[in-house]
Amino acid sequence: MAATDRCRRAVRSTQLALLALAERRDGAGGLPFLATARLLGALGGLMATGHAHAAELPEDRADLMLHSFDGGGVEAWGPALLVRKNLLNKVSLFGTYYADIVSNASIDVVTTASPYRETRHEYGLGADYAVRESLLTFAASRSTEPDYIATAFNVDVATDTFSGMTTVGLGYTYGSDDVGKVGEGFFDNAKHWRYRLGVSQILTPRWLANANFEVVSDDGYLGSPYRMALVFGAAVPERMPRTRTSRTVQLRLIGEVVPGWSVRGEYRYFWDTWEISAHTFGLGAAHRIGEKWLVDAYARSYRQEGALFYSDNATSETQYVTRNRQLSTYNSLTFGTKVTYELMRVPGRYELFLNGALEYWKTDYSDFTDLRSGSLYSYNATVAQVFVTLLF
Amino acid sequence: MSPVRQHLWTALRGVLLALAAAGALGACAMPEPWVKPYERERLADPLMKFQRDALSAKHLEHVHEVREGARGGTGVQGGGCGCN
Repeated sequence: MAATDRCRRAVRSTQLALLALAERRDGAGGLPFLATARLLGALGGLMATGHAHAAELPEDRADLMLHSFDGGGVEAWGPALLVRKNLLNKVSLFGTYYADIVSNASIDVVTTASPYRETRHEYGLGADYAVRESLLTFAASRSTEPDYIATAFNVDVATDTFSGMTTVGLGYTYGSDDVGKVGEGFFDNAKHWRYRLGVSQILTPRWLANANFEVVSDDGYLGSPYRMALVFGAAVPERMPRTRTSRTVQLRLIGEVVPGWSVRGEYRYFWDTWEISAHTFGLGAAHRIGEKWLVDAYARSYRQEGALFYSDNATSETQYVTRNRQLSTYNSLTFGTKVTYELMRVPGRYELFLNGALEYWKTDYSDFTDLRSGSLYSYNATVAQVFVTLLF
Repeated sequence: MSPVRQHLWTALRGVLLALAAAGALGACAMPEPWVKPYERERLADPLMKFQRDALSAKHLEHVHEVREGARGGTGVQGGGCGCN
């Protein structure tokens, strides 16, 4: 429908509704609800700026992954699984399992505690439900480790509008954690609320933009019972605030520059009530080689300003103090690649892929001293993934 | 019609008229969707996905989030990450 036709029809509908209202005022009869319905109908027509675009459920798939992390004295590896199945073209059920088998001899651990091993298990269940132009997602997850249990519930809705050119997403997560200490049991808790808003916009037949905004609020025990801070050179248990609220904005752009090549860029800004702020820049490219290979490469830069109460070695007594380097001032540079190879394809039945991903990064701290050497701390890390994907 | 209902109806009518007028003007100014469904073939290509694999993206997100002060805003659904 041409814009002028749609405009003319909308104005005509409004005129009819106004006429009905005028008749009602003169007491000439007619139900006020009829006029109201006409007006609402006219408004609905005005808001619907194109043809209906039914939401699509995610495709059926199964992923089996082996992942590993090695850096800064920490080694973590384990299996992960995702299975997703469509039922009656209305609901897509999914389940996930994720394990982290951790061997921790990080700088914090070797300077103030003893190296340890532990395993974290995370289970997730959820369902996507397609209704007209919207996709509703309900999900729950539970992560357990010897001294920390995290439970979370998600509700997300994504709606296609503007003839499917725009997708608007809203999401909410509620999380509740039990915090413990080995040898002492669980002694406190923390609650988390996450609110997400996202918009994806088709710009041209080859370019797509995406913007996300998220607010996260926490309340409860937000530190580590094992971590020590330094005050006048003496080690004391860290003292953390019990509340925190953060905001994050992310902008992303992806486009096919020449057939078989896509490039993407992203920027993320983060700030919170602990005075932490962070900038994340990312650039990447993906390339199809032949019919079976897909190769991806990217770089990511992360720069962070530390928390107000972070101190490498505090020289005054303050209500809150931490030496958690996650909250310090530092920058990090990451390079990554991902390769996908199509192992098998039976058209209309299934496709099988083998994937490998490798990420390398270097982090340099501006105000976190390695107590063993007296110099500023830095570390390198390598993240690897190998997984098979079955689409069916 | 009682005076209360009369007032309510008058107020409702005013609001609806304002909304209708704003909507009519908005419709006249609203652009037509400029990329037709049949022009979106390239956008459906896996090359054009910000994240092709949810499980892989979730792992990388977790690895970064437990080591960085920043969190969220990535479009990946939140969960119990056991980050602290």
